[in-house]
Amino acid sequence: MENITSAIRIIPLEHYLFLCLALFSIGVIGVLFRRNTIVILMCIEMMLNSVNLLLAAFSSYRSDPSGQVFVFFIMVVAAAEVAVGLSILVMMKRNVDSIDINLLNKLKD
Amino acid sequence: MAFLFYLLSGIALLSALMVVLSKSPINSVIYLIVCFLSIAGHYILLNAQFLAVVHIIVYTGAIMVVFLFVIMLLNLNKTNEPHKSVLTKFMAVISGGMLFLVLIAAAKGVNEMIVAKEFDANIGLVANLGKVLYTDYMIPFEASSVLFLSAMIGAVMLGKKDKK
Amino acid sequence: MFQNSWLILLFPLLGFVITGIFSKKLTGKTSGIIASLMVLASFIYSATLFFQLKQITNSAISVDLFNWINSGKLSISFGFLIDPLSVTMMMIITGVGFLIHLFSMGYMHHDERVNTYFSQLNLFVFSMLLLVMSSNYLLMFVGWEGVGLCSYLLIGFWYKKNAFNNAARKAFIMNRIGDLGFIIGLIAIFTTFHSLDFNTVFSQSSHFISGEAIITFITLMLFVGAIGKSAKIPLFTWLPDAMAGPTPVSALIHAATMVTAGIYLVVRSSSLFVLAPITMDVILVVGVTTALVAAIIAVLQNDIKKVLAYSTVSQLGIMFIALGLGAFSSSLFHVTTHAFFKALLFLGAGSIIHSLQGQQDIRLMGGIRKSMPITFITFFIAVLAISGIPPFSGFFSKDEILAAAFHSSPIVWGLTVITSMLTSFYMFRLLFLVFYGSYRGDSKTFGKIHESPKIMTIPLIILAILAFAGGFLNIPVMFGGTENFATFLKPSITFFNDYNFEIPNHLNEILLALGVLLLIIVTIFVSWYIFVKKSVLPVSDSTNRGIISKFIYRKFYFDEIYNFFIIKPYQWFAEKFTSFIETNIIDSIINGIGSIVVFVGNKARLIQNGNIGFYMFVMIIAMISMIAGIIWLK
Repeated sequence: MENITSAIRIIPLEHYLFLCLALFSIGVIGVLFRRNTIVILMCIEMMLNSVNLLLAAFSSYRSDPSGQVFVFFIMVVAAAEVAVGLSILVMMKRNVDSIDINLLNKLKD
Repeated sequence: MAFLFYLLSGIALLSALMVVLSKSPINSVIYLIVCFLSIAGHYILLNAQFLAVVHIIVYTGAIMVVFLFVIMLLNLNKTNEPHKSVLTKFMAVISGGMLFLVLIAAAKGVNEMIVAKEFDANIGLVANLGKVLYTDYMIPFEASSVLFLSAMIGAVMLGKKDKK
Repeated sequence: MFQNSWLILLFPLLGFVITGIFSKKLTGKTSGIIASLMVLASFIYSATLFFQLKQITNSAISVDLFNWINSGKLSISFGFLIDPLSVTMMMIITGVGFLIHLFSMGYMHHDERVNTYFSQLNLFVFSMLLLVMSSNYLLMFVGWEGVGLCSYLLIGFWYKKNAFNNAARKAFIMNRIGDLGFIIGLIAIFTTFHSLDFNTVFSQSSHFISGEAIITFITLMLFVGAIGKSAKIPLFTWLPDAMAGPTPVSALIHAATMVTAGIYLVVRSSSLFVLAPITMDVILVVGVTTALVAAIIAVLQNDIKKVLAYSTVSQLGIMFIALGLGAFSSSLFHVTTHAFFKALLFLGAGSIIHSLQGQQDIRLMGGIRKSMPITFITFFIAVLAISGIPPFSGFFSKDEILAAAFHSSPIVWGLTVITSMLTSFYMFRLLFLVFYGSYRGDSKTFGKIHESPKIMTIPLIILAILAFAGGFLNIPVMFGGTENFATFLKPSITFFNDYNFEIPNHLNEILLALGVLLLIIVTIFVSWYIFVKKSVLPVSDSTNRGIISKFIYRKFYFDEIYNFFIIKPYQWFAEKFTSFIETNIIDSIINGIGSIVVFVGNKARLIQNGNIGFYMFVMIIAMISMIAGIIWLK
């Protein structure tokens, strides 16, 4: 235990920041990069997780439990989002027999 | 211990990239699980033990399984997914990179934000978190449960077949 | 008592609302009674305030009802300033107003829009009271505009005649020109004093030395407002035209109250005006010119109301002479006596017009004193009062002004005396032509000439008593009086430091007054000789006149000059603007904007392509630019 807790004194907070921002940016790139809706959803999950990690990092570095509580809330939102998102995806597959995001261009009409 | 951090970071970034790049959705899910596991490792490094456990249960145990179910039930595991044009992909990478740079620039000087406070190794314990959650964050907690309920009902309603 | 002084305002407003809303239901008589009672209630309350105010020593009471406007540095309360000056004005307005309301009940009873008439009359009383009661310039301006509006409405009361509408519009526009000056003055006051409250402004004004440019500017601008409202040269031509309205309206608005608002403004701001000697000189010059020019024009007018209108302009000029000399309380005293006798003259004229079935031309009157004795006697008293025959009220007020004029400059004194002589000449001309000689009108109407009903003669009698006795309010020291009126007003007014028009030797003053009196009596005799003894009649419009006579008869060609120099070029510009700028520039700008919008819309429509992937792209780029913007701003 002692060994693990000492980790956060060695590693500067900025490195956590870079890691999380990198994960977030990869998520963004994924959202823009792919046409497969399910992969896009996964990328969104990844973005949420990067934020979670950052919150936890801040929380630990400041010794403030609020940050970790927020992570719980984000998890709740993420779970809800996945539930709704996946059911929309199911509907989409059922209706247009595809999960290609480019087919979702009916908003124009 | 720094070594552990960089190792986990490397795994996380690599698997995240693979999520985006791999052709089949199943592979993406697997890589994402790897990514999430490494994030759980980070949580442990950060002394957020309870969070790490919840994270594994919720994400890898529940959410990713649902993803897998959907993929398999709808038979989505096709590798011949149509790709976006090269220009779009290029643009995507450029804008993602720009976002990264801008965020880094925005977060400059984050070290100064840390209040010099005695380090408390116990904040990540379940007793501690529970106390905060059920005292300071009571109302948001209840509200999020309502949100969760409505999302559940919404998912059920969306998943029902049309009657026609 | 003072805290509830808003009740004074409430009564006429209530009358306006009731008679206005129920104008279809009420009979003319009921609405007249309601309107009159409301004004009477205000009068009683004002009188109570007056007596209370006399008893207390600190005689300026501010009543703040609520915070009206609060914006940045500007903080204006909806409040009243009850001090001798405002109470005096309130009593004049409500007192004379009440009598005129009574008179109107007789005069207007056959008119079909009598309810509207009364509601507008009550609105006027409300606005005028607001003007004199307010504790700051902005609220005063609201009342100022309100009386302008009511004046417009009531001049154009018989709106079916186009000429009357034009007269109403002329009055309104001329007033607006003055109001512009007033507004500029208000802004200048605010930028200088950071407040529009009377107390604040006047207490701060002592920090300024006499003749400072900004004070001169402020006072000049306020005076421009007064020029418009009080019908001075060059903006006086609306007042004679305003006689298109019903005669009681002319009595109330265009003789007794509204036109004196300019004087009230100057007296109220006296602590600013005494710091601006240049403005005072301007006021003096304008006053003298107006008094003289209007008196000269009045000599040849043939419309009974026009004569009275020019007489009003001339008398207002005399009041402004007093203001220009720094004799503020004398000016206000003349306002008071003038309100009595000029209202009486107008009401008398109204009684005559009423009896002669709307005839206004004095060439077609004459010899009606037997059939209208009360009107005749009261009219005679008013004429004596305006001519300045002792002991009628006009003598006292005019004598004070003459004394002040003599003290400062013999030229002003001489011109004022000439104006007084002209005044008595044309007033007696009017009297002789209307009441003496033989009847010159249509013989059929002669039999119908009758004395007006009681409701009209009673106000005449009361006003006649006031016109006779009003002078005793302020008996000068030389006749053993104590100048009650001036003493009462003193706390509200700032005088020049060296203000003292007391002529050390009372004998001189009495001799002066006697000399003027002699001149006036000679003028009256001349008038009598011409119009009674020789029975000279004004020539009809078709006869050729001499150049000077024509010049005067056409009112110095003021209207023509304005027409030529202002209206004609304005119309020319307007036409050019319609034909050139409107069609070529404005239209093309507007059409151009339209087609630009259509073009941009057509292009922008393509952005809305419905592709979610594209939307996400745009979202990310927007996010990037926003964050980048925030960083850049830091």
